Parts: sequence; structure tokens; C-alpha cells
Amino acid sequence: MLEYDFMRNAFAAAAIVSVVSGLVGYFLVLRGQTFAGHALAHVGFTGATGAVLVGIAPLWGLVALTMAAGVGMGAMAERLAQRDVAIGIVLALSLGLGLLFLHFFTAYATQATALLFGNVLAVDAGTVWTLLWIGIATMIVLATISRPLLFASLQPELAEAKGVQLRRYAMVFLGIVALAVAECAQIVGVLLVFALMVGPAAAAQQLTSKIASGLLLSAGLALAEAWGGIALAFYTDWPSSFWITALSAAVYFLAAVGRIRRA
Amino acid sequence: MSAVELSDLTIRLGGREILTRVSLRINEGEFIGVLGPNGSGKTTLMRAILGLVPASGGLLNVLGKSAGRGNAAIGYMPQVRSTGQHLRLTGWEFVAGVVNGHRLGLPFLGKAARAEVERALDLVGASGLARYPLSEISGGERQRLLLAQALIGRPKLLMLDEPLANLDPHYQGEVVALAKALQRELGVTILFSAHELNPLLGAIDRVLYLGRGQAALGTVDEVITAPVLSRLYGAAIDVVHVKGRIFVMAGGHDVERDAHRHELDGSHAPPLIGAPHHHA
Repeated sequence: MLEYDFMRNAFAAAAIVSVVSGLVGYFLVLRGQTFAGHALAHVGFTGATGAVLVGIAPLWGLVALTMAAGVGMGAMAERLAQRDVAIGIVLALSLGLGLLFLHFFTAYATQATALLFGNVLAVDAGTVWTLLWIGIATMIVLATISRPLLFASLQPELAEAKGVQLRRYAMVFLGIVALAVAECAQIVGVLLVFALMVGPAAAAQQLTSKIASGLLLSAGLALAEAWGGIALAFYTDWPSSFWITALSAAVYFLAAVGRIRRA
Repeated sequence: MSAVELSDLTIRLGGREILTRVSLRINEGEFIGVLGPNGSGKTTLMRAILGLVPASGGLLNVLGKSAGRGNAAIGYMPQVRSTGQHLRLTGWEFVAGVVNGHRLGLPFLGKAARAEVERALDLVGASGLARYPLSEISGGERQRLLLAQALIGRPKLLMLDEPLANLDPHYQGEVVALAKALQRELGVTILFSAHELNPLLGAIDRVLYLGRGQAALGTVDEVITAPVLSRLYGAAIDVVHVKGRIFVMAGGHDVERDAHRHELDGSHAPPLIGAPHHHA
């Protein structure tokens, strides 16, 4: 299957994105902010469709709007807690606006499906390079802040006492999550970001209680699920996003059941 | 040099005056029990010492410097301790995450930092616990890990905010004994807040009692008296000594207990639980 350009691009894109989302997802799960990842993906749909409407690549619309929303959510973290209804309504509005933008755009159905559910087999070489640069930037920032971020996640009151600016790290981290979401959406679409960003990380946290091995395992599982999904899609002709979500769910539930049986 | 010095300190929080022109001095190496009714400012005072709550007036000096954020010489065990309960991480990782946690970089530790984690775990007797995931150990065991976190960085001042809350009497005694051992071995100053005095008797050097914006600092015999506490509570208070234990009563109620344990409402008799601590 690697004789085809589109397959090589798909595998390359999936490799970049799954490592980024596996590592970012590990911190997202650790901090108990998985819902924020889901929310950012919804907001991204408005950005992507808006970009299509004004004639730029959907990826940049995704990046711009998820970044703005992520940093905003980080800044308002305390005020957003316990506001499930308000957040839910904003998320619904995001999808609604995305739908409206698509309504004004002609290539309606294909675009919508690709944005919502991903179409990794349509990723071209240029997009792979873009994903690589965004991925590298994301990884550099995450590596730089990872120690204080971990401290702030494990023990926020003590971290604050030791001089860690909690809000600053919440904002930078959700900015990173926003970039990871934008990348992820290229592979599995905005609706299924959970599968690649949260599934492998949550499974890794069931399987190991050490941070270094958890990070490696999270990235490794994400990579295996993404590549496995693409390969299965090639041989079955079923959508790759379906296979990735199926693998993600299977790995997570096996890990959870395995841990319960060990305990 | 004093560990903590307040002169004419006033602290306002959300329009309410928590401390009003309070002056006192805590010496280095002292073990201070911090008591007072709910909302009397025990946590706020600790947060002010950490530089997280600004003074509205007066001065607050900590270890010879004006109180400011990120003072590495302070170890702190916060009262909100829900974090960690559901984490699948080991106790070791939980404590290791604190080492140099305020500095940018990757969270992987070198040899010296690993030794620092081992030392803190040893000091609280949690070396054996550290390999289990946090979600699989008891509340009392988790408390030891939180204390180990507070010891990272070799603080000179250790502030423990309600470390006895939600612990059964057996563990309460252990935590107090552990804090006492740390004071002796490391020579650290300890501020230990609690809502009941009795578990601390015999361990503390002096007591700091807060109430209605005022504070009284002194030995138990000096502070836990009807006139002093009546002033701090703003109500007539009786102090009853029973077999080496002390009960602070208002109109027949044990106010220290009632303020925090509503399920015991109406129990006028001295509570029967709690290991006896004989007051020297």
C-alpha cells in the first residue's frame, strides 16, 4: 500500500499528529481537562468552515480559532468552572455557525464530512509539512513548560505557593491543546478528536503509573492506533476515522478491564 | 531573627477584614498550633505568609524578608487536598513533581533531585508507600506524601493547613508526632492549623488563636483562658479541663467541635473519641 503517494502522506501525517496528540493528551487527561479538548474541536469547526468561506485553507481557520478559544478558556478557567450549560450552548453555536458558513459555500457535503469526520487519505504533501512545523512548535513549547505544568497539575495550591503562575500555564497549555486539536482534526475530524487525543492517553494512564513511561506509551498507542486505522481502511475500504475510533475504544477498554482485573 | 513577624498587619479579603492591626512574633524553630473558628483567617494568614494574599496595612516579615510569592524557604501543605485521589501515578511521581517544579524544562530528575525525593519520603516514613498509585492508598497515607511534598526544597518554615481534617484519631496522633519529629530533627519552624486543640497538646510550643480579626499568641495556659477566648469569639467562653484535655465551651457547647462537626450537634458531653493527650 506504500506505493501510493496518498498512502505515504497519510502515514506521515498520522505519525506527526499522533505523537503530538499522544503527548499533549497525556497532560490533558492528567489535568482532568479532556472536555476542554472536545470543546476546542467544536470551536475549530467554525474556524475551518469560516476559512473555507473566505478562501483560505481550513487548517489555518482551525488553528486561529482554536488558539483564541484555548487561550481564552485558560484565562477564564475559574469563571468557566460549573458553567456546563453556557459552554454547551457555545459549542452548539459553533457547530451551527460552521453549518451556516458551509451553506454559503458550494462544495457542501464533502467539505462538511471531511471537517467533521476527517479524511486522512486526502492529505497532500504540503499539508504534511505544515503539520510537521506546527507539531514541532507544539512539542518545543510543551517540553519547555512541562515541569511547571506537571507541578501545577499535581498540586496547584503548592505550585502557586512556590511561585508558579497557575493562570499563565493554564493559558499556554490550552494554546498547545488548541494546536494539537487542529492537527488532530486533519486526521479524524473535529468530532472524533477525543479518539486520538484522549483515548491513548487515558489507556496509558491505566497501564502505567510512571510519568515517563506513560508519555511514551501514550504517544506509542496513538501512533499504533492511527497507523492501524489507516492500514485497515486501505484493506477494507471502510473509513479510516472509523477504524481509528474503534482501535482507540478497544485499547482503552482493554486497558481499563486489565487494570481492574489486576487490582 | 524571627520566623514570622507581624506588625500592625491588616488583611482584607473580599471586603471583609480578616486581621485588624495584629502584631506578633514567631521565633525560629517553634511549633505553633494555629487555632480559631471557621473563617477566622487561619488559611488566609498562611496565604499571606506565602505572599498570595497582600497586606492591606502594616508589615509582614517572613524569615527576615518581606512576605513575597515563591519563597523557597517555605514548605506548605494546603488544605484543599482532593488532588491526587484519583491519580494513577505513584506516590514517588507525586512527590518528585514538586522538585524544582517552578522552573521551566522537562520533568525528568537527575541524581541529586532523586536523592532529595528519597530524603523527603524517608523523613515522613513513606519510602515503602511511594511505589503504589495514589488511588490505591488510604487518606492517612496520602497525607504523608503531601507532607513529603512540603519538605522538598528543605524549607525553614513549614506550614500545614488543617492536616488533621478527615483523619481518624489514630492517624491524627501519627501526623502530630511526625510534625514534632520534623521540628526536632530539622529545626524547622512549624505552623500547624487545626480546629481542635487537644490532638496538639504536648507537641506545640505555643498556640496562635485567631478570631474576629484579633489574634492571641502564647503558651496554652496563657491563651486558652476564658477572658482571652471570650474576646476572640465575642461571646462568653468557658474553658474546661478534663483529664489533661481542654474543651472550649460556649453555653454548654464545645465550640471547637461544633464549628466543624455538625454531625455531633447536641452532644454536650465531652467527646469520647480521640487518643488522650496529657497536658504537661
